Amino acid sequence: MSQSYDRGTVEDFGRWRSFTAGMWAWIFHKFTGWVLIGYLFTHIAVLSTALAGETAYENTIVGLEGLAIVRLLEVGLLAVAVFHILNGVRLLFIDLGKGLEAQEESFYASLVLTGAITVASVPTFISGVF
Amino acid sequence: MSTQHEHTDDGEPETPGDRRRAEKAARAAEREQEAADAEPDLGDDAVTLKVFRYDPEVEAKAEPRFDTFRIPFEKGMTVLDALIAARDTYDSSLTFRHSCRQAVCGSDALFINGRQRLGCQTQIADLEGDVVRVEPLPHQDVVKDLVVDMEHFYDQMEAVEPYFQTDETPDDDLEEQFQTPENREKIKMSTRCIWCGACMSSCNIAAGDNAYLGPAAINKAYRFAMDEREGENMKEHRMELIEQENGVWRCQTQFSCTNVCPKDIPLTEHIQELKREAVKSNLKFW
Repeated sequence: MSQSYDRGTVEDFGRWRSFTAGMWAWIFHKFTGWVLIGYLFTHIAVLSTALAGETAYENTIVGLEGLAIVRLLEVGLLAVAVFHILNGVRLLFIDLGKGLEAQEESFYASLVLTGAITVASVPTFISGVF
Repeated sequence: MSTQHEHTDDGEPETPGDRRRAEKAARAAEREQEAADAEPDLGDDAVTLKVFRYDPEVEAKAEPRFDTFRIPFEKGMTVLDALIAARDTYDSSLTFRHSCRQAVCGSDALFINGRQRLGCQTQIADLEGDVVRVEPLPHQDVVKDLVVDMEHFYDQMEAVEPYFQTDETPDDDLEEQFQTPENREKIKMSTRCIWCGACMSSCNIAAGDNAYLGPAAINKAYRFAMDEREGENMKEHRMELIEQENGVWRCQTQFSCTNVCPKDIPLTEHIQELKREAVKSNLKFW
């Protein structure tokens, strides 16, 4: 009779070094998806201040945008959104059965493009706060 | 054969067979002792094998551990060769499955240096690092050492009815049922499965959800669902098996199965094609 027990490093996340590109794409896609859902609620909360009048909304936005941490988080949000979009397109092609043999390359391309777009966005997001 | 019983000095009955067996055991023990005492000549380069050991039936071995073996390297040596050498030279209790030794039987799928591979297909010279780490397939219960319980895997394979069924046989009993070369080409890769279980073990979804059919079973389903000789009714039946809750839709395209398949079957591609087939068969425009 076989036995079940914890085999430690064989099965846990400590194996991350041996994860393949497809696995990383899946992990990043899940992660960015959850971040975007989290952002959605923050976004609704901020927009809802408009219910208390125009000035309340304006004060909230101006107040938030004056914080350096918010600007940095916005850069992060852009990175997350761009990756989710690009990898989403990649998954769409995989679903259509196109270019499955290039799935690793398309994941790396998504990462590189995300990096480039994020870096290019930094001056816009950071201007006027530092 | 003599049935006569002789009596030894201490009064124990002993047959010639008993004596032979006792002598044989003594000789075997002597040989083992000699082998253990002798300094093995490992040559210029030797392979270091770190092998997972576990035996629930022996109290001293019930705690999982790794044993290290030093094996003389020979050109063309596979991981299975090294394991056999370790078993035959150092520890006859080292347990692992193997049969054909040429990547056909699918018995020796192992977790070698952090990846599912066939022991017989993996050249030690191709592995990186100085140590070859051999573990049983992850996500399956271990019976002993490198032997895992394959029962669940076989259950999933059986669940997709992995055999040819048709409702369109030729009129004449002796007539062959031909398949077009194009159709044969389409299912070619999917027929190569050797039921080793490497893909199932690598699949993160199958690991967390025992109900999921898993890549091997879905590939087997693909092999028959795409076979035109089975006929329309049978295809419909096959699609029902494939598109059920725990069928193709559980696949999240991590490509782990495709990466580890020792027969290079494009598993993810087959699963994705079946997803599209499932959608097409359910689409209604009224």
